[in-house]
Amino acid sequence: MTHEYRCTVLDDTMTWGIAELCELCRVDSNLVHEMISEGLLTPQGTSPETWRFNAVAVKRIQVTLRLQNDLRVNLPGAALVLDLLEEIDELRARIRQF
Amino acid sequence: MDYKDYYKILHVGKDASQEEIKRAYRKLARKFHPDVNKNADAEAKFKEINEAYEVLKDDEKRKAYDNFGNNWQAGQEFRPPPDWESRFSRGGQGSRGTTSQHHSDFFESLFGGGRGHFTQENFSPFDQEEYSRGHDLHAKVSITLEDSYHGAKRTITLNRTVDEGGGRLSIQPQSLQVTIPKGIVEGQQIRLEGQGDSGYAKGQRGNLFLEIVFEPHRLFTTSKRDIYLVLPVTPWEAALGASISVPTLGGHVDLKLPPNSQSGQKLRLKGRGLCSKNHIGHQYVTLAIYTPEARTAEQRELYEKMARIMPYNPRSGFGG
Repeated sequence: MTHEYRCTVLDDTMTWGIAELCELCRVDSNLVHEMISEGLLTPQGTSPETWRFNAVAVKRIQVTLRLQNDLRVNLPGAALVLDLLEEIDELRARIRQF
Repeated sequence: MDYKDYYKILHVGKDASQEEIKRAYRKLARKFHPDVNKNADAEAKFKEINEAYEVLKDDEKRKAYDNFGNNWQAGQEFRPPPDWESRFSRGGQGSRGTTSQHHSDFFESLFGGGRGHFTQENFSPFDQEEYSRGHDLHAKVSITLEDSYHGAKRTITLNRTVDEGGGRLSIQPQSLQVTIPKGIVEGQQIRLEGQGDSGYAKGQRGNLFLEIVFEPHRLFTTSKRDIYLVLPVTPWEAALGASISVPTLGGHVDLKLPPNSQSGQKLRLKGRGLCSKNHIGHQYVTLAIYTPEARTAEQRELYEKMARIMPYNPRSGFGG
């Protein structure tokens, strides 16, 4: 069985405002604010009205939700995990080139 | 269907206390969480651990499982006895995390749920919107580098909640064709609108997020949209310069190797990486000079002649 559907690639040309981001990830804006003050998200722009979030932010929210849900990690813990994971990814990529 | 040894899966003994089971579960869950563990089998392993914990943490389920377990070995062909009446026909409740949603056939034959029918009461009455709208689903799709380079179509199968009409929802395996756009890179997501779980009643369907994973390639590695290749060359090609036919994802191209090239030097093939509408990727070729073995007297003589004619110390920077 196949279906017709709209499909979007969340690539690095796309950005979202806070309301769109909340809709996309199905989260409350309070969580986004908390994640920003925890340093988990760093939007472009200076005020909530002008904030723009990219695909990295979307991924970070999704992973944070899963870590919270599956491993009962709190936000500072999730921030640490995400930073370490990014570092591991970079190191892996560097190893692969040799 | 294979019998599953839930104790073995959690690395605990059959007499393990609830506290021991919880500790073992949490440790394994951290280790195999698919966001943390990048091995291809991590997700399957994580689901297995969750399923084992779901049974063993629940006294009633554990007792029912133990009553069977005595006579079975892991991996053994398993059939529930004909007189088995599942007391757990609404199983699966409460584990609606994105990664542990679906159970093995073995679990379902013991505790029901999964492909069975369920109705409104299984949905969390968290808030009105969540109550009716279907859940978003997240999955990984692994593709080849060629799929990304050229663009491709892939058929994927996933378990999702479908509305059978009259408010009856069931989880069923469904196939859908996905267009992989040209130049997609690892880690990027494709969002398929309305392809998640069905909503309850008139609720909207959830969305489906597919995360791209690249299968390992025989020749190439990647970093974002750039492709990396290690190119073996001979000493004379490196010294004299050469035109070398180099594989790229789009077929072979000629690479001009400048004279006096060295091992480890990186050359760029512009635009031969993963290119999308808005972005361009390159292929980087790292030179590796391979030295032919000196086997015959004549060959040895040639190397000796080289040593005489062009004395060279590649370790001059070491001092001493």
